[in-house]
Amino acid sequence: MTTTARTAPQTWVGQRVPRREDDRLVRGAGHFTDDVQAPNALHAAFVRSAIAAGTILSIDVAPALEVPGVHAVLTAADLGDPRLRAVLERPGFVATDMPLLASSRVRYCGEPIAVVLAEDPYCAEDGADAVLVDIDAHPAPVSIDDAGRHPLHDEAPDGVLVDLQMFEDESIEQALADSALVLEEGFRSARVNAAPMECRSVVADVDRRSGQLVVHLSTQVPHQVRSGIAQALGVAEHGIRVIAPDVGGGFGLKCVVGREEVVAAAAARRLGRAVRWSEDRVESLTASFTGHEQRYRVRAGFDADGRLTAIDADVEADIGAYSAYPFTCGVEPLMACTELPGVYRVGRYAARGRGYTTAKCPTAPYRGVSRPQIVLVMERLMDKAAARLGLDPIEIRRRNLITEFPYTGPNLITYEPGSYLESLERCEAAIDDAGWRRRAAQPAAGERYGIGIACFSERSAYGTPTMGARRMGMTPGYDVAHVRMDPTGHVTVTTGTCGHGQGHETTFAQIVADQLGITPDEVRIRQGDTDLSSYGWGTFASRSLVIGGTAIRNASVSLAESLKRVASDVLEADPRDISLRDGNAVIDNVVVPISELAARVHFRAHEHPDQPDHLLEARGESDPDGCFSNATHAALVRIDEGTGHVQVEDYIVVEDCGVVVNPMIVDGQVRGGVAQGIACALLEHLEYADDGQPLSGSFMDYLVPTACEIPEISIHHLETRNDGNPLGAKGMGEGGTIGAPAAVLSAVNDALRGTGAQLDCIPVLPHQVRAALHGDGSTSEETA
Amino acid sequence: MRDLHLITTEVNGTQHELVVESRRTLADMLREDLGLTGTHLGCEHGICGACTVLLDGEPVRACLVFGVQADGKQVRTVEDLADGEQLSPLQQAFSKHHALQCGFCTPGFLMLAESYLASRPAADKTEIREVVASNLCRCTGYQGIVDAIHEVATAQQAGPVQP
Repeated sequence: MTTTARTAPQTWVGQRVPRREDDRLVRGAGHFTDDVQAPNALHAAFVRSAIAAGTILSIDVAPALEVPGVHAVLTAADLGDPRLRAVLERPGFVATDMPLLASSRVRYCGEPIAVVLAEDPYCAEDGADAVLVDIDAHPAPVSIDDAGRHPLHDEAPDGVLVDLQMFEDESIEQALADSALVLEEGFRSARVNAAPMECRSVVADVDRRSGQLVVHLSTQVPHQVRSGIAQALGVAEHGIRVIAPDVGGGFGLKCVVGREEVVAAAAARRLGRAVRWSEDRVESLTASFTGHEQRYRVRAGFDADGRLTAIDADVEADIGAYSAYPFTCGVEPLMACTELPGVYRVGRYAARGRGYTTAKCPTAPYRGVSRPQIVLVMERLMDKAAARLGLDPIEIRRRNLITEFPYTGPNLITYEPGSYLESLERCEAAIDDAGWRRRAAQPAAGERYGIGIACFSERSAYGTPTMGARRMGMTPGYDVAHVRMDPTGHVTVTTGTCGHGQGHETTFAQIVADQLGITPDEVRIRQGDTDLSSYGWGTFASRSLVIGGTAIRNASVSLAESLKRVASDVLEADPRDISLRDGNAVIDNVVVPISELAARVHFRAHEHPDQPDHLLEARGESDPDGCFSNATHAALVRIDEGTGHVQVEDYIVVEDCGVVVNPMIVDGQVRGGVAQGIACALLEHLEYADDGQPLSGSFMDYLVPTACEIPEISIHHLETRNDGNPLGAKGMGEGGTIGAPAAVLSAVNDALRGTGAQLDCIPVLPHQVRAALHGDGSTSEETA
Repeated sequence: MRDLHLITTEVNGTQHELVVESRRTLADMLREDLGLTGTHLGCEHGICGACTVLLDGEPVRACLVFGVQADGKQVRTVEDLADGEQLSPLQQAFSKHHALQCGFCTPGFLMLAESYLASRPAADKTEIREVVASNLCRCTGYQGIVDAIHEVATAQQAGPVQP
């Protein structure tokens, strides 16, 4: 026993604890999938369709086999034509197969047809160039309007893979008729690519010792990938081990199962050699998953005071050629229809959502999933109604925000307490403090300024009940954690969530440290390995802290109870009187080091017969029913009247994600999200030619923002505790992306005031701004 | 017939003799032949800058330089920044200012900043932001990266001038 105590903050939760991940990453010692050593591996290169839609007449692999270094060329027939099938068990959804390699039809440019396996990646690409594919081209559907004219799937002759009348209201027409103002508006957002800096990557090999197919890959969802591989290849799940080492960003792109990764796994089994593939940027931009191409037609009623009376929305999504496994193509229309009203009260609500197949890369969930669009829609409606009714844009929002909680809207969602009005008012004050109005009122010659604002909530941490209501073929939601203390008093935690830059190793360690009275340095977080952790759903939809963190906390609480029980033996005290802090079990002034307790339990188990299982090991679970963080964003933009260039000059975020575990990490998530949102508002769009050829094939064509496009972002925190979990935390990983497009578009339109032009599509490109300033004043609905 | 060349190059202070195919990029040579996987490939067409290394002290995109071009030259990669366990001031500042999240682009930004601060030790924030715009990061919104480099520049100004 000792009386020494280490100094530690009262709680680790709430501290700007530096990230444990950083040391290896700044040294270049991170271990990303392409860094995985696999001696004697074969390198894969895919033969991809150069035609957007057509029938495969022949595939001649013989010339490729003549290429030096090429070991094998595999087609669908060689692999047994395995498929991925994403399912939504509800009327209006058409399930379709996504073959791993196309064998009869191709449905988008870049669709994989064969895989060449060679001794190095250069030879593999030579081989892929040599494969001869003859395709009878069909007319390719390249837009929502084309989908029915040139259907891609026999199961969906109208080109519609999902059609959901989510909310119906017989009295909506009357409510609109009774409204003082009815707006009928259209909005669009472009097709975008999440563009993580690390593209997709896989190394698959059969471990001779265990017999397992071991698949390293860059993913957010290792267990789901394992299920996808097992189902596609007809293998028991325990025969597959999926490992996500360091993951270089995901943003949703890596929360679905890619066909190339499964092909690599299948090829490794078939050839008995390690197979590796790393997507290059051209493939990522032209043949990988995409997001967000949507079109809205909305009717909205307001009373004379500017209060929203009714919304009737028709949401159409261009979902590309296939439903991605496992989330399906329903993810964006479903989300949009369910959550469109956002933070605003609305009397009557009707919404229909459809997903159309086109000859473009399939869509995957992308950071924010439809919320960037629906927030943009609601905020544009607010701005337009304010202008028509002569109200201040902030005042109309104030009149419509939900202020009494819990609130259940006509979209059948119950919002738990948040700070919707307070965040708006705090943001308004911050705008004044930053002198935006003064700056906006004094533009230099040839410049215009605009201020835009966006209020929103971010539903996150969808547990089993919420996800079950979506009726996917598999229902994500719960997560499980294990916490184990070793004889030195150090702790190893496993979680089913899987970070890709969010700092789990640090944040989760802070949570554990508080419960066990140790330091985060004494906690090791293990994630991203299906052999290590129980089935878990990975990291997406801002679920990790709320669900994974709560599971970890719950396990830590159980372990703390075990420790106190052992301490009570040693200290001859009631366990309820013992606390764990500063590395010790403490009662009054008597302390015993936790490391000593841990050693006793493991090495001298006979002295602690009451200790369950004689091990300091605990399991925790969590399966909440979703929660809402909220925020108000504001953007100050400057428009160059000559070039039409829009520069975001300054940006303010007032956000409320409940209890903040690590403010540094939360701020980083907000800033990164805002950057992606600004990009969606002003830069990023995947272009396709009329015949379906992708035109955005490099970062020369697809403009990801640099440091010069992103301003400094000031962040203000509010804290409305989430009573739904013991951490008090709410998910927040997507909020930056959700609020920024609306705030920036609102600011651009503010800058265009007086021109008669309004822009309702993103991205807003310089030539559209010029047309708005110098053109005929019409809207640019046809763009983006 | 593969077009092979014997080259001599110094990487992070160590001399190497290597046989490389003429079309092999410097990035692949570093990663695959020398096992220096800290240099990352983010786009392979010279835009993202994740593969930035120093060639005779100048920052280059290792995806746009062939391995044979390193013949007779010195290469410096991210693995050379720390002095054993001791991280360099830039590496420390990146962590302190949360200038990285997934960390994939980080080696490229560090090497870019390393060469920039060597040539312009008293850089101000505006200049730094313009230089940082050479590379792409998808996670941080860049603010932490700019702040980290600026802090090191400020410290260099305050401290003794490097020879």
